[in-house]
Amino acid sequence: MNLLLAIVIGALYSAGFYLILRRSIVKLIIGLSFLSHASNLLVFAAGGLTRGRAPLVPPGSLAPVPPYADPLPQALVLTAIVISFGVTAFALALVNRTYQTTGQEDIDELRRTEC
Amino acid sequence: MALMPISIVLLLSNFLSSTASGQMLQLSIPWVPSLEIEISLVMDGLSMLFALLISGIGALIAIYAGGYLADHPQLNRFNLYLLSFMLAMLGVVLTDNLITLFIFWELTSITSYFLIGFDHEKEEARKAALQALLVTGLGGLAMLAGLLILGEIGGTLEISELVANGVLIRRSPLYVPALLLILAGAFTKSAQFPFHFWLPNAMAAPTPASAYLHAATMVKAGVYLLARMNPILGGTTWWFALLSLFGGTTMLVGALVGIRQTVFKRILAFSTVSGLGTLVMLIGLGTDQAVQAAMLFLVAHALYKGALFLVAGIVDHQTGKKDILQVGGLAGALPMTAMAAGLAALSMGGIPPLFGFIAKEALYESALHMGYFAIPAVVAVVTTGILYLGMGLLVGVGPFLGARPSELGRVREAHWSMWMPPLVLAGTSLLFGVRSGLIEHTLLSPAMKSIVGYRFPTHLGLWHGFSFALVLSLFSMAMGVYVYLRIEDIRRAFRPFDEIVHEFTGANYDRCMTNLMAFARWQTDLLQSGYLKNYLLIIFASTISLTTYTLVSRAGSFSLPFDLPPVLHEVILVAVILAATVSAVFQKSRLGAIATLGIVGYGVALIFATFGAPDLAMTQLLIETLTVILFVLVLYSLPGFTRLSSKGHRFRDAVISIMFGALMTTLVIAALDVQFSPSISAEMARKSYPEAHGRNVVNVILVDFRGIDTMGEITVLSLAALGVFALMKLRPEKEEEV
Repeated sequence: MNLLLAIVIGALYSAGFYLILRRSIVKLIIGLSFLSHASNLLVFAAGGLTRGRAPLVPPGSLAPVPPYADPLPQALVLTAIVISFGVTAFALALVNRTYQTTGQEDIDELRRTEC
Repeated sequence: MALMPISIVLLLSNFLSSTASGQMLQLSIPWVPSLEIEISLVMDGLSMLFALLISGIGALIAIYAGGYLADHPQLNRFNLYLLSFMLAMLGVVLTDNLITLFIFWELTSITSYFLIGFDHEKEEARKAALQALLVTGLGGLAMLAGLLILGEIGGTLEISELVANGVLIRRSPLYVPALLLILAGAFTKSAQFPFHFWLPNAMAAPTPASAYLHAATMVKAGVYLLARMNPILGGTTWWFALLSLFGGTTMLVGALVGIRQTVFKRILAFSTVSGLGTLVMLIGLGTDQAVQAAMLFLVAHALYKGALFLVAGIVDHQTGKKDILQVGGLAGALPMTAMAAGLAALSMGGIPPLFGFIAKEALYESALHMGYFAIPAVVAVVTTGILYLGMGLLVGVGPFLGARPSELGRVREAHWSMWMPPLVLAGTSLLFGVRSGLIEHTLLSPAMKSIVGYRFPTHLGLWHGFSFALVLSLFSMAMGVYVYLRIEDIRRAFRPFDEIVHEFTGANYDRCMTNLMAFARWQTDLLQSGYLKNYLLIIFASTISLTTYTLVSRAGSFSLPFDLPPVLHEVILVAVILAATVSAVFQKSRLGAIATLGIVGYGVALIFATFGAPDLAMTQLLIETLTVILFVLVLYSLPGFTRLSSKGHRFRDAVISIMFGALMTTLVIAALDVQFSPSISAEMARKSYPEAHGRNVVNVILVDFRGIDTMGEITVLSLAALGVFALMKLRPEKEEEV
């Protein structure tokens, strides 16, 4: 499964990178979303996969019963998911505004726009 | 202004008796101890000689500058540069640490840059300043490398300790590279052929600066370095060959080019180049006599060349003429200046009883004792001696004799603050000539001891009895006068030579600069195109190549992870995600792209859920839903997809993207092979309930163990929200007028 997950991560990175290289500003943002999915999975996978067992402390015991999934990458990814949502929202708003102001959807053309 | 240099002179003379007896005074302040860099000051005979020259001439120059630039609005700025330079130069000759030496060395280059470019409104001055900075700065960098190699093979950065390891250093295989690099520094600084061209151009500086930096002190830093390094690096065939070859060539080229100049300062500049060549050659020869001649010539040169520069400045200041052909008969109008000029010119020409004569005798004497090399050496030094007298007469005597051109008008003697310094310098030449004992044992022989490492007897004096050197001396005097009288013919005869030299040096510098600028423009255009896409491509291409290189060269082999065999629903999940990803890339409709993005997001959430991360799965589901809604809302007002890139670009991007993806896949597999120490996670899991009273370890980490991080995260989110609000709601005031 690790191997499959690695392939998924690679595919997500490829797609994300290909999309942010497009000249359309909309594709740029979709590409960003792909990149953040890829990165989240990367961190998650790098911590090692454990099927099923969440890091929860069952009632009556003081610590989770091994084997359980590594909680630390999960905490990091949780933060990353939320932050990437913030980034996506902001970027969307920015792109929306850019388009309204300049009427331009081509990033290469934006270079020549002055406003 | 002159008070500071004068007080330094007085301070230095306190130590004179200790250095004269061969003692070495030391003071060490740790600066960057971890790198062995110390501000260690050392004062021995050589340092004392240079320090006294620097501060003594510095004092006179400060007085002179006060008169010369009296009406200049930026006199204070000039003084600031001049004194900073003086301190840097004192640092060079007093420090014992190679790194500190380098820093002071570069400081002299920088202050020199300011001084040459003092008339910053003139393009010529700016260009000359930059040229001097580039040439000496480049040499300085080479020297730094050389000094570091030297420190490495010598085992210490302190010069006084390196001297003890001289034999070891000279036998090291790294000796030659270190020597070449250090010589590059010394040769550029001391304007040795073929790097000499910056010095005549540096004459764009105000005359006091030219006199001080480019005749008496800074250009001698290279000579100082060579003298200082002589006990460490000297005595080898390489040392002898390089120094005498470059020094000798510079000596001849400088004199031959100089004699046909007509602008005061250019004559002086080329003769300075020649004088520096002489010094380098003498240090390279390395015999006791040569070292003695070097020290004598050093002092003599500083005295007469400084004086002549100041005289040239006075003539320029009082008449507005910079060319020797435009002036004449000034002796009546400028009596004090004429006296200083005459004395200095005679010293330069090596006429007794001036100090220059003693130096020239020593020079001839050391050339005569060069064994196999005696004949070329004698021919070279005598030719130079003849031309020196010719140049001395051209600058120091010619302008004051003969008929006075009518267009000169009325000329008044300069203010005393201007004629006094050159007169003092020239007078000192006379004094040292007549009473050479004054400096023989106090300054010169301790300095020689620092260079060769032992003390040897010196016999200075005007009269050494009849010797071959005396015959040569008389011959060169006669020839020098002849050259002066037939100067017109000589100018004509030397013209082609001058052009060849220029073609070889200055013109090459210009070509290098043009090409460098063209290269800079080309690579800036290439790298800084202004297209976001190109920046991304460059970043990712470098990431891919560098990471792949490291992976291949360092990581070795790693095993494919088959330890967790996939079950059916996981395979289906992965297949769905992959299909959605591929389809997202090729989607032509916006809505379709968003839908596939959503599928990918939910897929990821399911992966989280499968592998023991219910919190992540929940968050991901929520966020993904929100993102899709947001996209749909915003996309409503955005344009549809159009194919903007060409086919070729799409193909190129696709190739790089796939390579990047493949690299990331490989990285994940490689990372899984590395065994992390799970201590932190285990620790957190163990403490979660007893200490933080939470059963969900992930939540405890977020809100407790790493609470501050979460706090920051919330702040980022609220800022993003504010930004979104501002972008969506606020509208800029429409500009009414266009």
